[in-house]
Amino acid sequence: MTTYNDFVIRFANVNGSGSASANGMFAKALFRMGIPVSTRNIFPSNIQGLPTWFEVRVSEAGYLGRREGVDLMVAMNAETYAEDVAAVKPGGFLLYDNSKPLARELRRTDITEIGIPIATLLLSEFDDPKQRGLFKNICYLGALSALLNIEFEVITDMVSVQYKGKDDLIRPNVHALEIGRRYARDYLPCPLPIQVRRADALGDKIFVDGNTAAGLGALYGGASVVAWYPITPSTSVAEAFERYAEKLRIDRETGERRYAIIQAEDELSAIGIVIGAGWNGARSFTATSGPGISLMSEFLGLAYFAEIPAVIFDIQRAGPSTGMPTRTQQGDLISAAYASHGDTKHVLLFPSTPKECFDFGADALDLADRLQTPVIVMSDLELGMNDNLSEPFDWDDARRYDRGKVLDAEALESIEKFGRYLDVDGDGIGYRTYPGTHPDKGAFFTRGTSRDEYAAYTESPEAYQRNMERLSLKWRTAATLVPKAEVGGGGNTAGIIFYGTSALPMAEALDLLAEEGIHLDTLRIRAFPFGEEVYRFIEDHEVLFVVDQNRDAQMRTLLVNEGDIDPARLVSVRYFGGLSISADTIQEQVSEYYTARKLPRLTEVKS
Amino acid sequence: MTFVAKPRVHHPRLPVNEIGLTRRDYEGAVSTLCAGCGHDSVSAAIVQACAELSLPPHRFAKISGIGCSSKTPSYFLSRSHGFNSVHGRMPSVATGANLANRELYCVGISGDGDSASIGLGQFAHIVRRRINMLYVVDNNGTYGLTKGQFSATNDKGSTSKKGKPNLYEPIDLVSMALQIGASFVARSFSGDKRQLVPLIKAGLMHRGFAFIDVISPCVAFNNHNGSTKSYEYVRGHSESLVAADYVRGGSEITADYEPGTTEDVRMPDGSLLRLHKLDRDYDPHDRVGALDHVQRCQAEGEVVTGLLYVDPNAGDCHEILDTVERPLNSLGEAELCPGSEALDGINASFR
Repeated sequence: MTTYNDFVIRFANVNGSGSASANGMFAKALFRMGIPVSTRNIFPSNIQGLPTWFEVRVSEAGYLGRREGVDLMVAMNAETYAEDVAAVKPGGFLLYDNSKPLARELRRTDITEIGIPIATLLLSEFDDPKQRGLFKNICYLGALSALLNIEFEVITDMVSVQYKGKDDLIRPNVHALEIGRRYARDYLPCPLPIQVRRADALGDKIFVDGNTAAGLGALYGGASVVAWYPITPSTSVAEAFERYAEKLRIDRETGERRYAIIQAEDELSAIGIVIGAGWNGARSFTATSGPGISLMSEFLGLAYFAEIPAVIFDIQRAGPSTGMPTRTQQGDLISAAYASHGDTKHVLLFPSTPKECFDFGADALDLADRLQTPVIVMSDLELGMNDNLSEPFDWDDARRYDRGKVLDAEALESIEKFGRYLDVDGDGIGYRTYPGTHPDKGAFFTRGTSRDEYAAYTESPEAYQRNMERLSLKWRTAATLVPKAEVGGGGNTAGIIFYGTSALPMAEALDLLAEEGIHLDTLRIRAFPFGEEVYRFIEDHEVLFVVDQNRDAQMRTLLVNEGDIDPARLVSVRYFGGLSISADTIQEQVSEYYTARKLPRLTEVKS
Repeated sequence: MTFVAKPRVHHPRLPVNEIGLTRRDYEGAVSTLCAGCGHDSVSAAIVQACAELSLPPHRFAKISGIGCSSKTPSYFLSRSHGFNSVHGRMPSVATGANLANRELYCVGISGDGDSASIGLGQFAHIVRRRINMLYVVDNNGTYGLTKGQFSATNDKGSTSKKGKPNLYEPIDLVSMALQIGASFVARSFSGDKRQLVPLIKAGLMHRGFAFIDVISPCVAFNNHNGSTKSYEYVRGHSESLVAADYVRGGSEITADYEPGTTEDVRMPDGSLLRLHKLDRDYDPHDRVGALDHVQRCQAEGEVVTGLLYVDPNAGDCHEILDTVERPLNSLGEAELCPGSEALDGINASFR
């Protein structure tokens, strides 16, 4: 039976062999044919020589999460042949280079082997051994176009665009594509029973990684000082900002830059620069990952206590310690939420799509200014470094940056006595001034030590407690300003709470569960502190699942801790192996709970 | 420590500077440091330098780390914003502050624990970045607030108040600054106001990174016999190399230095840095020579003071980054946001 637009293909390659470009073109070709795709780059912490995998999920139903099992394996790495062959689902396909025969012990009778003598084919066509190595990838891409019925012009168009201006590269690339395609057509049963066909499932969607989106969001949001220290998987946030700023933030007359970007000596310095800039009235951000959050903790406590705006993108990876630096996880919730000693709490935002990375990238700058505190955008490697389908970015040109409560010279003139930490409006947020604003009014001393409402140093127990209580009030104000959680479904007694990239497999997981008679309402948390709607959802449901991509159920802990929720009410669903959570995992754990507790299922009567 | 608050009203006949302000307008809160602390003399020198230069006292960003020295930004220029940040991290905060608003005079105050131990990495990297600021280290060789432990600038063999010798090699911030590329490097002594005030003036007006290491004895924990950072030791072992005057916009400040050879260095803003070379052979524009001289004197237990090196045309971080003239913190949506039309194009590139 032939199926269309519904399979998982995995490319097994060697890191640094030039496969990323060919594999990326494969995914983009399907996207351009209007077919929903999601990509996952599973790569080592290494520059060259180690195994790397690239997985593409093709799903006309629009399921974007990872799915267990591989339908078509493109096995190009001899070192991992055994595990790659084993990963193929029964009935699936294995594409390999049969210039050398496949070892007897690797052969399987329950899958279809597709041998293409790629090395042999290229040997007679290209003299340069380096070129032959690179074109292997292009050659299997050509073969796949025939095997899966991909429109060939879509691929050749991409090659032409990619090498625009370098015509001497276009011709050999297209030639390598044709070699693979011709061989497949001449000698293989094309197309396979799993294949693609043009669809119209994408509308005006874009295909982009979350880090590019976050960097762009910060650019649109008005960040002008950026400081960062390289760390996977966050590096591309700062790089994206810089790439776009070089084009979009240049003074046309002078050619000078309207931004400053510093690659700092470490994460401590990066956050210090951000805090110094924020204190002095420039919008500023840094991007990092878990180890960076650990290093920044002291400074984050200062920014919380001294009330200085700062934006941090935490592109989470698998911890603890160096952990699995090139694998995804949602492991930093607790360390980010309560980073630093003493009573500290930080505002967190949880994007689920590139569009949200863009939106939150800009919103975080507004929130940090409004709340005068650090705001941490909690993305992860899955969202940050992989191309994801997304609604297009949009920007309302009428939007004005919310710089929060800042007094200018004129405002200071009208004030009898300025008190930096006076709660004039009853929302816990004082008024601040930028350095150098007024000749003799509004200057104050910023410090990490305790102080009174007028920023004077004090060790008075009363003044200290008043200040800490005001910070609590500000925290409650924050809960009303951050993005609201998204509620879905309705009318069910059971609900599932999730955030970030656990949203990707959720639609599929819900469909799988519905088939089993389990119907769940949904709550996608988008920020911490939690808004009222989060607690209402918990109150309104008898059975509640909380999905985490970490071992210790960190979101569940935050809910229990901040909402004083009975822990027994929140059932943890979790995965923390370093790949992204799959729909099957969610379905299995929820279903097991139903079975173990003998909870009723609602099965539709089939007529 | 002084318990008497400063009177708010000042003498009607106090002299005023070019912008009509008196020295009192440049002062800060009453110091809470020990009576006789060298750091208070440094604060007083900053007050005098800023007042004499007629700089607007609210146009400074005063930034510090943690420690006795880092408390001092409270004690000068109270019309300016100050930021007492975290231990050893003043350089990064100063970097951010300077990037956000290049028009403010940026003054960083640190100590030897703050800059040579916990913050050594940040010190090194702000030198590299050439942030336009005056970076002062109140160097007393000891941790005062935690009661007298050795710091990393303490000389090997120098003894603690209890008589214990320091067993480890000292870090010399002046040599480091020279080696990593600081464009203005000086050393002075808190007890030598005549030398320190002009150096602070010149450092403030220098465009680029200006570093002054000020030996500032700790009267509580490091001012005894056996200490190489005591008033007595420094007075007896210092060698003044190059004295500086800062001459603003052609209007000459009377120099009260004994004449040696004199050299005027033209600063980028048209002002003059007048150098009195006390040793005819010393060349304050020779980085390698300066490093060599400082190291040789150190080996003989001599403390070299004065302006050791200056490159008036080195430039600063904003020049390296090619940022716009207007302070980044003054830019609004029109300058920062590329708008929806550009975003349409960007969206198209992702299809």
